[in-house]
Amino acid sequence: MTFLDYAPAPESTSILDLRQEYGLFIGGEWRPGGGTSFASVSPSTERQIATFASADEGDVDAAVAAARTAYRQTWGPMSGRDRGKYLFRIARILQERARELAVAESLDNGKPIKETRDADIPLVAQWFFHCAGWADKLDWVGLGADPQPHGVAAQVIPWNFPLLMLSWKVAPALAAGNTVVLKPAETTPLTAMLFAEICEQAGLPAGVVNLITGAGETGAALVRHPDVDKVAFTGSTAVGREIAKALAGTEKKLTLELGGKGANIVFDDAPLDQAIEGIVNGIFFNQGQVCCAGSRLLVQESIHDAVMDRLKERMSTLRLGDPLDKNTDVGAINSTEQLERITRLVDAGIAEGGEAWSPACELPKEGYWFAPTVVTGVEASSTIAREEIFGPVLSVLTFRTPDEAIAKANNTPYGLSAGIWSDKGSRVLAVADKLRAGVVWTNTFNKFDPASPFGGYKESGYGREGGRQGMQAYLKGGN
Amino acid sequence: MATAKTATTTASRAAAKPSTRLDVPKTYKLFIGGAFPRSESGRVTEVTDARGRFVANVAKASRKDAREAVRAARKAQPGWAGATAYNRGQVLYRVAEVLEGRKAQFVDELQKTEGLTAARAAKQVEAAIDLWVWHAGWTDKIAQIGGNANPVAGPYFNLSVPEPTGVVAIVAPQAQSLLGLTSVVAPALVTGNTVVVVPGGAGLSAISLGEVLATSDLPGGVVNILPGDAAELAPWLAGHADVNALDLTGAGELDWVELEQLAADTLKRVIRPVAGPAPETPQRILALTETKTVWHTKSRL
Amino acid sequence: MTTPSQALAPAQRAVQLLGGDLSEVALRQHLEGLPTVDAVGLEARAASFGTRSIKTTSKAAALDTAIRMIDLTTLQGADTRGKVRSLVAKALVPDASDPSTPRPAAVCVYGDMVGNAVEALGSAWSAGKDDGINVAAVATAFPAGRASIAVKLQDTRDAVAAGADEIDMVIDRGAFLEGNYGKVFDEIVQTKEACRRDDGTFAHLKVILETGELVTYDNVRRASWLSILAGGDFIKTSTGKVQPAATLPVTTLMLQVVRDWERLTGERIGVKPAGGISTSKDAIKYLVAVAETCGEAWLDPHLFRFGASSLLNDVLLQRQKLTTGRYSGPDYVTID
Repeated sequence: MTFLDYAPAPESTSILDLRQEYGLFIGGEWRPGGGTSFASVSPSTERQIATFASADEGDVDAAVAAARTAYRQTWGPMSGRDRGKYLFRIARILQERARELAVAESLDNGKPIKETRDADIPLVAQWFFHCAGWADKLDWVGLGADPQPHGVAAQVIPWNFPLLMLSWKVAPALAAGNTVVLKPAETTPLTAMLFAEICEQAGLPAGVVNLITGAGETGAALVRHPDVDKVAFTGSTAVGREIAKALAGTEKKLTLELGGKGANIVFDDAPLDQAIEGIVNGIFFNQGQVCCAGSRLLVQESIHDAVMDRLKERMSTLRLGDPLDKNTDVGAINSTEQLERITRLVDAGIAEGGEAWSPACELPKEGYWFAPTVVTGVEASSTIAREEIFGPVLSVLTFRTPDEAIAKANNTPYGLSAGIWSDKGSRVLAVADKLRAGVVWTNTFNKFDPASPFGGYKESGYGREGGRQGMQAYLKGGN
Repeated sequence: MATAKTATTTASRAAAKPSTRLDVPKTYKLFIGGAFPRSESGRVTEVTDARGRFVANVAKASRKDAREAVRAARKAQPGWAGATAYNRGQVLYRVAEVLEGRKAQFVDELQKTEGLTAARAAKQVEAAIDLWVWHAGWTDKIAQIGGNANPVAGPYFNLSVPEPTGVVAIVAPQAQSLLGLTSVVAPALVTGNTVVVVPGGAGLSAISLGEVLATSDLPGGVVNILPGDAAELAPWLAGHADVNALDLTGAGELDWVELEQLAADTLKRVIRPVAGPAPETPQRILALTETKTVWHTKSRL
Repeated sequence: MTTPSQALAPAQRAVQLLGGDLSEVALRQHLEGLPTVDAVGLEARAASFGTRSIKTTSKAAALDTAIRMIDLTTLQGADTRGKVRSLVAKALVPDASDPSTPRPAAVCVYGDMVGNAVEALGSAWSAGKDDGINVAAVATAFPAGRASIAVKLQDTRDAVAAGADEIDMVIDRGAFLEGNYGKVFDEIVQTKEACRRDDGTFAHLKVILETGELVTYDNVRRASWLSILAGGDFIKTSTGKVQPAATLPVTTLMLQVVRDWERLTGERIGVKPAGGISTSKDAIKYLVAVAETCGEAWLDPHLFRFGASSLLNDVLLQRQKLTTGRYSGPDYVTID
């Protein structure tokens, strides 16, 4: 065994105390669902973790009613200061149970423990801590004095950052004074159930947070429910579009965080070693299952070969395998459906003349895996340069001038994220100005912070999460 | 508003002006890309005053005119957004100046088309002028209201700024047509959006406003005005993939639910209908912006 | 300041890379054309090495590797023959309770102590061969380097003549910060020449950049590259007399430089972080940085060293823990 093979360093799962089955968390109580229960499996082993209730329309009704009651009776009348104190409590309990949550998330999602431990879960706690402080300062979110919550917020979140997306939704909604009904993704419901326990530990009044599990139909019923005032959705552009249509003509407020096809632009004066790290982090973080992933590498022609050499060398040091091993860099793909989608799109890319390269790496026999892949010879018109793959697949395009880089970066219906790598500050700022993307990372990538608004242009959705702008999405009026 | 053609048009026109000189009436056309073309469809809408007397034949825009208008708006957008905020402010203020100078014309048009007294018409024109001034003053301030430096937990410079969403298609309010039009067009322009607008009312003051805009250093294509049937034009604009936002402020009488659904196809930002002119708030300006957040590493080393 | 017209001393590597025009201008343009460093990204990368979890067999291998890479060092004004003998004794028998314990690569002393070190090592002295313990000497008016070039070169020749297998020289940081790259280059070239033994072989030359005085990462990259161009066999972070001494980001950057140099020339240059690395945990982070930046080929005492004194005993305590399964204590390892 060579040194770089690093002996196994698995994080113990003994910290988990999971139930065999989880119900719906409605009005502060656990109850069975009207639909057929479903199992969540660990993507790295295909072994069942637990079963989860499926909420039918009656359950959705009950959850919305519970949220409405709590809004009228407890959370709505409560002072902002007290709401904030509940959220601070939750933030602290999240920190206390961070290791357990990191293990659970890694188990359920398939992402490396190092990411859940160092990124997802710390950000979850930070998000609650940040929003907690807003609860008694709403006069300053920028809507005038005394803005009001919408009422009941329906929230549907994806599987790529299960608990983090929950925190992006629940924390600002509660701080603003709304009550929530949230549906986690069907393949990653586990940490939402643990979050219900945390709400119980925090003594959060019943009905303020209601968590209902289920598939797409459950989410569809939730966002269309007539007694919902505000809908927040993170997920695919296709589903976002359907929700926007369904809500047309209603009084419901809507924010959408949808797909992306982020360009990562590397200029010839880039800090090269850091750019390589940024490219790797941009597309292989969370197996590329990130809406803001830097999935299109735009590299200046003059340094294309140097960048590709270094990138391939760096990719060769990525360690793919057991998500719970503390040295794993690339974990499992979340589901067999997602794996099929990635495979199909990469095949299409190769069929269109792209050249795919992956480092030598053995994929485990069980579970859903896709090796980190870079596809060169991609043109702006190629399928894999246009469609969101949502996997560890980087498409490489070249450019000659800053204007060409900007034009290619913007040549997409999406507009969520972009990266710029250059040592020239004035150029960085000018290019950032021209990019039609909600988040532009310069000399870094995939950074998130509750104080920093996040969200897209164009078909990447509307509304922002994080910061003052994120709070505004959960408030109306103001004098 | 279109009414049946009467046989007394020439006579009534002469009656309105008891001078011996034969006046020169204006042809009210479209305003697209800085020019005043007729509708490619060749259609016009006959406008009469409250007593049914002929006022003008206003060009009636078609879907193809709408397409050209979007094209012109898209072409003009980077330049308008790229102008300095100070420059945009001066241009918008110039609009107010020129409008002030042509007040009599607008009063006259509003009297004819909205049946207003001279005093009421003047009040509307003055309110519109003041609204342009108000918006002119916002161009170099709105980013300070809508943007922020973000204290993130790491060695990063992090700044959020509101940027124009792009091309905005607007159905302007029917009532108080000049003020209503100003209330929806001006906020879109403040941050650098370009506009395709179906004006309310008879379209006279809208096209005259186009003349004001054309002589106020506003680059061609930044505002495109399409007098016509909103019910006919709005679906084309709502469904146009190169439109970024749909402002339905004046669409309350239309099937605006369908318009909102069409807009959802490309996830356009939608402003739902309101009664009367759009409210005079900075939120209204910010509703047509995108918050862009830029991160940059920060280190002494 | 060297005038641009003044020809720099020849150094084969530099001539190959820059062509015949080894002028100050050419050198400056070359160094300033190197890729820049973004500090935040570099530090994040370095921190990521620290999150690797090196357990069980990997840890055992890492600890032994770390010992083999140590330049066991004493660099005090108060050094005596007795102190050097004691240091050498520790190098010869790091852990009397476990004869399988490997020995460090070298002992590192001031030039006037080289003879004492050689004598104390006896048959264990490598004398320039691959097995055995090397004697490394700091030279060139270490640590400040503030002396005439004649003094610095004589300092070097004396140490080599006394048997030093390795010379740890310091660069003229003042000249570097003045932008006088040619002067720095010349001194390295001349010191290299002073490392030549009578038989025509050379003592290995380690070039100390004193990164704590160069301060910026861009400076570190340029100084590293300059040192390699001028003929250094190793680039070394620090004298240990200036804070900060070795840091993981600086070492990572220097590893990136030697990796790039190999990519360009096929030649492998060594890296030596020195000062401030005192725990096994830290040492393992450096080994991870080496392996993941340059590859495992660099996990070799010819290509990587730790300049340290207290590190050895901490590694030994960890080694004992792995062997016995119980935590050890400072009374169970010997002091030098």
